[in-house]
Amino acid sequence: MFEIFGIPSQALFGQLLLGLINGSFYALLSLGLAVIFGMLNIINFTHGAQYMMGAFAAYLLLQHIGIGYWEALIIAPILIGATGIVIERVFLQHLRKLDPLYGLLLTFGLGLVIEGLFRNYYGSSGLPYQVPDALRGGRNLGFMFLPNYRAWVIVLSLVVCFATWFGIERTRLGSYLRAATENPVLVRAFGINVPRMVTLTYGFGVGLAALAGVMAAPIYNVSPQMGSDLIIVVFAVVVIGGMGSIMGAIVTGFLLGIVEGLTKVFYPEASNTVIFVIMAIVLLIRPAGMFGRHA
Amino acid sequence: MERVLDPPVLQRHRDTPLSLGVAFVVMVVLLIAAPFLVYPVFLMKALCFALFACAFNLLIGYVGLASFGHAMFFGWASYLTAYAAKTGSLSIPYWFGHTMWFVIGFPPQSPEIAILIGAVTAAILGYITGIIAIRRQGIYFAMITLALSQMLYFFALQAKFTGGEDGIQGVPRGRLFGVLDLNAEMTMYSFVLIVVLAGFLLIYRIINSPFGEVLKAIRENEPRAISLGYKTERYKLAAFVLSATLAGVAGSLKALVFQLASLTDVHWTMSGDVLLMTLLGGLGTVFGPVVGAFVVIAMQNYLAPFGQWVLVIQGAIFVVCVLVFRRGIVGELARILRVRL
Repeated sequence: MFEIFGIPSQALFGQLLLGLINGSFYALLSLGLAVIFGMLNIINFTHGAQYMMGAFAAYLLLQHIGIGYWEALIIAPILIGATGIVIERVFLQHLRKLDPLYGLLLTFGLGLVIEGLFRNYYGSSGLPYQVPDALRGGRNLGFMFLPNYRAWVIVLSLVVCFATWFGIERTRLGSYLRAATENPVLVRAFGINVPRMVTLTYGFGVGLAALAGVMAAPIYNVSPQMGSDLIIVVFAVVVIGGMGSIMGAIVTGFLLGIVEGLTKVFYPEASNTVIFVIMAIVLLIRPAGMFGRHA
Repeated sequence: MERVLDPPVLQRHRDTPLSLGVAFVVMVVLLIAAPFLVYPVFLMKALCFALFACAFNLLIGYVGLASFGHAMFFGWASYLTAYAAKTGSLSIPYWFGHTMWFVIGFPPQSPEIAILIGAVTAAILGYITGIIAIRRQGIYFAMITLALSQMLYFFALQAKFTGGEDGIQGVPRGRLFGVLDLNAEMTMYSFVLIVVLAGFLLIYRIINSPFGEVLKAIRENEPRAISLGYKTERYKLAAFVLSATLAGVAGSLKALVFQLASLTDVHWTMSGDVLLMTLLGGLGTVFGPVVGAFVVIAMQNYLAPFGQWVLVIQGAIFVVCVLVFRRGIVGELARILRVRL
């Protein structure tokens, strides 16, 4: 036990860890938003609801079919990603020729429908989801206590984020994606099925949100409104990072999680609002965001 | 590319302002007759939201800026009005957190002063958030306003004078100009009606002024407006502040009507509600927001027993409006009648 700036190391590192956990979710969610925005030119307001659906998918799989956390980690994103593909086919593909604001309004409405339906059936109170057996407990690092599950969330989030970054920036498929973002007509002329790529991209972004939801289920309670407040913070993260770069979304997500954690230690009253304040300052100094190209 | 706010009707029939006059007279007559047929508190609520939606439409319909944060103006004006009418002493936040409020002792204020305080609050808030938000356009603008309004929601939650989860209850309606007792339901209704109609006419005047023409030019083609020498940022900021102020007046009125200011009014769902009203009524139409407000408030009223289904239905209306009903009720009506509404 020792102190830093008059604050016990346990408290400081404990909050830093919480900050990193939040940052993991910010990074995963803003990554999904950035991927979707790149291809569809739509801000996916349903993202929060889809994150919530991921958590519920894990909960329901366990309750009704007895499928545990590890399988849910794979199955839930695929299931929810599939619903995303349906949404893209049924609704979003018709908006391609319209002003992007319509995409925003439509996904906002869809989010309300989904949240309302879940509230109807599961009420507003949180449902518990157990940490998987293999990740129970934790270890003492000397300066702080590290619960195994939280360490796992941070590592998994980092791995998924960097895998996504690698897939988009360093592979052939990723280069098609980036090319289609720049000029879809030309890419189609090369014989690549761009509409299908758009659909799958949306499904993938939604799957990322659902994955974050499954990861969040054992930490936060599973509840219908778990996504709506979180997503507003993620929007602020996206504005701060700028949506031009994948790496920007990841770095900003983790960074802001840490800043939020530190604020909880030094000035708890502002911990809810610090990200919004940072957003306002960034907009005043660098309107395009830290990593963004000007939209 | 089809643009958000360009109902083709408006361009084709610009020469028939008669339809607007007739529609206005019909609206006023209906609103004067209504309290004898319908519960006045319901009407006053709908009227407050009609003004709120008209103020919102000024921004989305005529400048093309979709704000997802108008609840902050509505809600904060409502808090300040309620506080001024009930307690009086003025609390000015000069930094965030509940510890830092600058308090000036005043006696409880009369309703007109309380509303003025609410409007000024909304105007100042609109100016500050406007400076930040207009730096980005389109979807970024929507995300920024949403984030800022969430920040102000947390301020309201933490500030002492707002009463947190309880809100400010038992706000006295008081005597207007020290004479008219607003506790009488019909007096209150007349007052609300006059203020809302004045706001409605002011907005109509703004959109048909040279200033309004510049706003529409910005909506249609901002780079071109800039090349013509207009400082578009200033115009957008001015429109944002005007819209915020009128939204604030609506919030202030609502605080007096219900004698309550609460967290619901600053929550993002309120921004969603006003967006729905405007979209359903008809973006960029003169009467659309009024019709939309009455429809949505009536719906919330009658569907209240069904709990969360209201949320589902509202969401579904968003989806349907965007997919097949982009002109909204009044926009479609105007298209069928081939007039401007």
